[in-house]
Amino acid sequence: MTIAELAALIEAENQTPSLPIDRTVSCGYTCDLLSWVMAHGEEGMAWVTVQTHMNVVAVAVLADMACVIMPENIDMPKESIDKAADEGLVILKSPLTAYAICGRMAAQGIPEKAE
Amino acid sequence: MSFIHAEYPVASGDYTRAGEASADIKRRLKQLGVSSMVLRRVSVASYEVELNLVIHSLGGQLILDVDQDGVRLTSEDVGPGIPDISLAMREGWSTANEEARSLGFGAGMGLPNMKRNADDFEIESEIGKGTRISMRFALT
Repeated sequence: MTIAELAALIEAENQTPSLPIDRTVSCGYTCDLLSWVMAHGEEGMAWVTVQTHMNVVAVAVLADMACVIMPENIDMPKESIDKAADEGLVILKSPLTAYAICGRMAAQGIPEKAE
Repeated sequence: MSFIHAEYPVASGDYTRAGEASADIKRRLKQLGVSSMVLRRVSVASYEVELNLVIHSLGGQLILDVDQDGVRLTSEDVGPGIPDISLAMREGWSTANEEARSLGFGAGMGLPNMKRNADDFEIESEIGKGTRISMRFALT
């Protein structure tokens, strides 16, 4: 599944419209403890988190993730979005809860770990 | 012969700039053609060690060296030092403050995660003097 298809699946808005959204999502994850995510992040991951600060972008970029998803229409501050756009990291904003987002991703066959 | 030598000062408590050194290290290694597998391991370890400098140290620096033997990352700080290294190496053990925890850090995964990702990992620390961490990553 591509980021574009994922965005449609979870009714998300792309917060970084300047970036391409044809990259394939390899797996899904949700966690708000950044140091935990550092240990479990994977290439191509779609990561759901309520954290919005700059370090979220740093973690996702270093792990070469596909995108970060903000649940429940949480707004990421502009400085974080600008940083993400500069680094080529797509940020999606969905009205669904983290639980519902992960439920839809799992139902569509997005695995826990990249294959 | 060293292909790359770079030094990055890291300030204590500067969360907004945390990760910039690691991002630059990743860029440089990518330009050198380091494989994505190795790149990822170095990136995770360098971000963890950079964050440790921000969260725990009184200031320090991150040093990158690349030669034919691989990538070496060294972290040196000016204190306060780790009282019990074996405790600090234990997964889940953390002395991070409230500010770090509110940002989602302080899960006690940093040092174990560095050790897991590096091919060689060495740590030495002296109270009142500082901590030195050295990690090596083979290129193949």
